[in-house]
Amino acid sequence: MSGLGIFQDLFSAAVAVGTPILFTAIGEIIAEKSGVQNLGLEGMMYMGAITAFLSGLALTSSGLPSTTALIIVIILAAIVGALVASIHAFLCLSLRANQIVSGLALSILGTGLSYYIGKVFISDPTAIIKTRLTQFTFADAVQIPVVGEILRIFLNQDILVYLAYIMVILVWFYMYKTQKGLDLRAIGENPGAADAVGVNVKLSRYVYVMIGGAFAGIGGSALIISASSVGQWGQGMVAGRGWIAIALVIFARWNPKLVIWGAYLFGVAIALVSRAQVYGWFNNIYILNMVPYVATIVVLMVTFIFSKNKDIGEPEALGKPYDREER
Amino acid sequence: MKKILWLGLALFLMASFSLVGCQTGDSDKFKVGVIYIGEPGDAGWTYAHDQGLKAAIKAIGEDKVELVVQQNVKEDQSSSQAMEALINQGCKAIFATSYGYMDYIVDLAAKHPDVYFFHCSGYKTADNLSTYFGKIEQARYLTGITAGLMTKSNKIGYVAAMPIPEVVRGINGFTLGVRSVNQSATVKVVWTNTWYDPQVEKDAAIGLLKDGCDVIAQHQDTAGPQIAAQDAGKYSVGYNSDMKSFAPKANLTSAIWNWEVYYEAAIKSAMDGSFASAQYFEGLDKGVVAATKLNTDIIKDTTIQSKVDAAEAKIKGGYNIFTGPIKDNTGKEVIPAGKSATDTELLSMMYFVEGVDGVIPK
Repeated sequence: MSGLGIFQDLFSAAVAVGTPILFTAIGEIIAEKSGVQNLGLEGMMYMGAITAFLSGLALTSSGLPSTTALIIVIILAAIVGALVASIHAFLCLSLRANQIVSGLALSILGTGLSYYIGKVFISDPTAIIKTRLTQFTFADAVQIPVVGEILRIFLNQDILVYLAYIMVILVWFYMYKTQKGLDLRAIGENPGAADAVGVNVKLSRYVYVMIGGAFAGIGGSALIISASSVGQWGQGMVAGRGWIAIALVIFARWNPKLVIWGAYLFGVAIALVSRAQVYGWFNNIYILNMVPYVATIVVLMVTFIFSKNKDIGEPEALGKPYDREER
Repeated sequence: MKKILWLGLALFLMASFSLVGCQTGDSDKFKVGVIYIGEPGDAGWTYAHDQGLKAAIKAIGEDKVELVVQQNVKEDQSSSQAMEALINQGCKAIFATSYGYMDYIVDLAAKHPDVYFFHCSGYKTADNLSTYFGKIEQARYLTGITAGLMTKSNKIGYVAAMPIPEVVRGINGFTLGVRSVNQSATVKVVWTNTWYDPQVEKDAAIGLLKDGCDVIAQHQDTAGPQIAAQDAGKYSVGYNSDMKSFAPKANLTSAIWNWEVYYEAAIKSAMDGSFASAQYFEGLDKGVVAATKLNTDIIKDTTIQSKVDAAEAKIKGGYNIFTGPIKDNTGKEVIPAGKSATDTELLSMMYFVEGVDGVIPK
């Protein structure tokens, strides 16, 4: 294969496998910007995945057109993700529980519950979603040699990848260009001030935590029905992607425009595992598997060293419960 | 007040623990205990054992034998406690399905001479302790023959799990099968360091397919590599269980475990006392491993099945697939002509044979 072909293959795989992490990380940015940290991403991804798996099994064989069926699957996964996140919201916002403890509990709960629900399907080799999303391209219109090939990396993907591009732009626009977005950032920075100007802090936080959960649910569904997935349920299948998403949020300094590159960087690390061996670049699997995590640590270090005392973007009130009475 | 509450709670806990200890169930059934490293839901190793035990018990009679399971047992002192708990519940035969239980099971076997112990993949035995394992590489050899005859690019991809002797032996067995029918084919190995990550394993196969491989074999428990091969319009070889249903247009055949073959005989020997301490390490001839029948929707050439059958008959007749001269993939002779690898050599095999394009990470 030509150099350009290898490059294209590596990076288009990176975009595809980075997408589930991207969705989850965008959701966490929204929740954290409102001041609520949710460490339950792994659990919410599992719940999104099992929802996508069960509804996908039922709907793709129900006679519905496959695209319609798969869109319903994505919506259902988002709803379940939001419902799971509402547990976290209730515990942290209404009962004022510690966000870290509640998030960890949510992670364990979501993982365990999805294992329990999915148990019967593991012994059944026919339990596999045969119609998954397929790739389609917008890049054919561009006939310029190298540019066309590079565009193909981003524009020969499935619908979830395109949805992720749109979401990054939408979330960025919402957060930085709208009044509601300003309120969102305000309740994460200084909830007291936001409250004083009439923003309902508790309600807003509820909504944003649940939106964050919906994104994680979609991220989980991508592991089941995207073109890069297998359509099979299995324990351990989320494999720490929820935790990587948490690191990515810091990596991206709570900025949706940066998180997309972070997610694809992790995608490159995953895609490199096989490409580096296939093309004989590097073949120590132990070290290859460390790359994403070493990259996280290095980037975190660089982020903190270069920002010195400057703001790295962490919301001021992150993790702190807000109570009117205690102002 | 608080102290009374705590006291009450402590008493309640003590009472409930002691009640748990009282559960013995009906005693007329023969009780078989097993400790699993994972959960049967992992779709791979533990699942294959669980299916084997259940099938064996069904064959003997569910009214005669009862299975007691301990899941997620770690390979440390807690495995000893888990097995003690099984013995306390009346189990007379204990199966342990992971290597790291070895020293604990040896101690327990000495402590409980009236209980029969069976340890999978270990090497220490006692009067009441047997070991058992299977030569899946023989089944892989057969699937390698199919792969070697079906490849057109003469490049076969192998998505490998962890760099341990069991996986290495499988790759070597497969490659020897490939090379027995196709001297110019090579087997390209990509490691994932996973047992279960569908996306990573599928992506590894995609890398191999892009590089020109047209048959994909695998060691992990997911269908990822099979699906990747089907999506690319190429072929695949499965493992663990029959993977044809995952990718009916790609899967040629699968190397599979049939643990019930061993479990039925082992449980019976414990029931009637005919138990004799042994190191069971068998293959195709006993049926504990097998290659599934070729997928005739894809393979129209019936001579391939007959070539596989001929090799199967030869192995069942006592042929050791690791018979010299065998070179490793750096050209060094590892098994001289006329010699065969012993079981001990097989169990510690950490080199690739000639024809494997890959390295074992150190």
